[in-house]
Amino acid sequence: MKTLIWVEHDGKTVKDATLAVVTAAAKLGEVHLLVAGQGVDGVAAEAAKIAGVGKVHVADDAAYAHALAENVAPLVVSLMDSHDAFLAPATSNGKNIAPRVAALLDVMQISDILSVESDDTFTRPIYAGNAIATVQTKDAKKVITVRGTAFDKADTSGGSGTIEKVAATGDKGVSSFVNAEIAKLERPELTSAKVIVSGGRALQNSENFHSIIEPLADKLGAAVGASRAAVDAGYVPNDYQVGQTGKIVAPEVYIAVGISGAIQHLAGMKDSKTIIAINKDEDAPIFQVADIGLVGDLFKIVPELTEKL
Amino acid sequence: MKVLVPVKRVLDYNVKPRVKADGTGVDLANVKMSMNPFDEIAVEEAIRLKDKGVTEIVAVSIGEAKCQETLRTALAMGADRAILVQTDDKVEPLGVAKLLKAIVEAEQPQLIILGKQAIDDDNNQTGQMLAGLLGVGQATFASKVELAADSVTVTREVDGGSETDKLSLPAIITTDLRLNEPRYASLPNIMKAKSKPLDQKTPADYGVDVAPRLTTLKVVEPPKRTAGVKVADTDELVAKLKAMGVAK
Repeated sequence: MKTLIWVEHDGKTVKDATLAVVTAAAKLGEVHLLVAGQGVDGVAAEAAKIAGVGKVHVADDAAYAHALAENVAPLVVSLMDSHDAFLAPATSNGKNIAPRVAALLDVMQISDILSVESDDTFTRPIYAGNAIATVQTKDAKKVITVRGTAFDKADTSGGSGTIEKVAATGDKGVSSFVNAEIAKLERPELTSAKVIVSGGRALQNSENFHSIIEPLADKLGAAVGASRAAVDAGYVPNDYQVGQTGKIVAPEVYIAVGISGAIQHLAGMKDSKTIIAINKDEDAPIFQVADIGLVGDLFKIVPELTEKL
Repeated sequence: MKVLVPVKRVLDYNVKPRVKADGTGVDLANVKMSMNPFDEIAVEEAIRLKDKGVTEIVAVSIGEAKCQETLRTALAMGADRAILVQTDDKVEPLGVAKLLKAIVEAEQPQLIILGKQAIDDDNNQTGQMLAGLLGVGQATFASKVELAADSVTVTREVDGGSETDKLSLPAIITTDLRLNEPRYASLPNIMKAKSKPLDQKTPADYGVDVAPRLTTLKVVEPPKRTAGVKVADTDELVAKLKAMGVAK
């Protein structure tokens, strides 16, 4: 089987999310990549070095500069005559593009896979991760999005893919990019961090969030996350949110501070290797999934912990 | 301007799903069902656009007869009329998108607002598929919508921040959590909703093949986490972190 992977990149480098997709695609057969964007020769060169990659298709055109699904999907479709499966990371861009491709190919997409059981059978989470479904597809072409935390990342070196230019399919003219506001991160990225310190509503306000959660995160070299309650209350921006509707993370260590553990939050972090909970309510549901729990006042415990580390 | 809002009846988000012992699915007998939370946000957004050029809101649901309740909820919130495409078969996002395409062609809405994902299947596909089938623009994961006469400008929640795109109409929007706070239907509006029109259709009326492409072989519970330990103080926690190599 020949697979085609949509490469997530920022115009300069390949994003980590793509590497997990390469590992998933390698289980299906020959791995080809698609680098679409504007001025992406550097990205293509980097992509060709990823271990296990056969061919790197490069579509360099202004129409692909902002990964608009309306323009990227027809490009992918133009390459699907010679490929059997299309895979994308389950990132916001991947989730935006892949279903449009599936509809144009008249196939049903398999979202957010956790494993490849065989050529046509995959597992995926449903009901906020409270159940795992094994699904088999009857479609001739497969369209799949891959959960990044469920597969190891392919090596970024050792590969020797061949780079091939592909013809642009043009700007469909139904949508245009206006602007983007990307938060500046001084800490590791949430989805790839080894350690995450996450805060909830119990922090009470934005000042406390910054003065209590961030010093602990910095001591541990950790990324900072948040529950929906903390985001809704405005303590931190939306993209800090971990959960069914936010980011799905699976770090080595997840420290939940003042988070009760609603099922929607657990959906985003319960595959973490070790979960540590700090909460004053000893009946909080978070303690049912925590490997290590500490019951007490976070305003006393967390600064003390930061101090002792 | 007409707006179409597809809504789905799902297991209430507060209910913990139970996997059936025979591994065929999640037990939905005698559990509370509600409108998918993202769809409530979609209905709310359509209503809020009413003073910005929207004249009619049509809610659509596809599924068993009980989806009528979900449509009545949408009508009680402020939708003008409803269409139920009744079927007892399970319809996948591709089938739903094809049915919606047929409805869009019949109704000619300028805007279609869907939830970004249903909290049962967690697919996050239908809006994008519908946009692809119609060949129109899509703005997924919307957190802000500004409607003009022939275009809509949408701020979207993306990894790392937000992005704003402009789409020509007709267009598809899928809602994210932050778009709005849905209203509760008042009792008088719930009563009024009972007399609002609700058309009943079947997939055959639209001549759409909705046969499933995927077969669910089994559904199991995720691996259970082993019971953890409670530590008494921060000294013990520091010791644990050091033992794990997380702290020096």
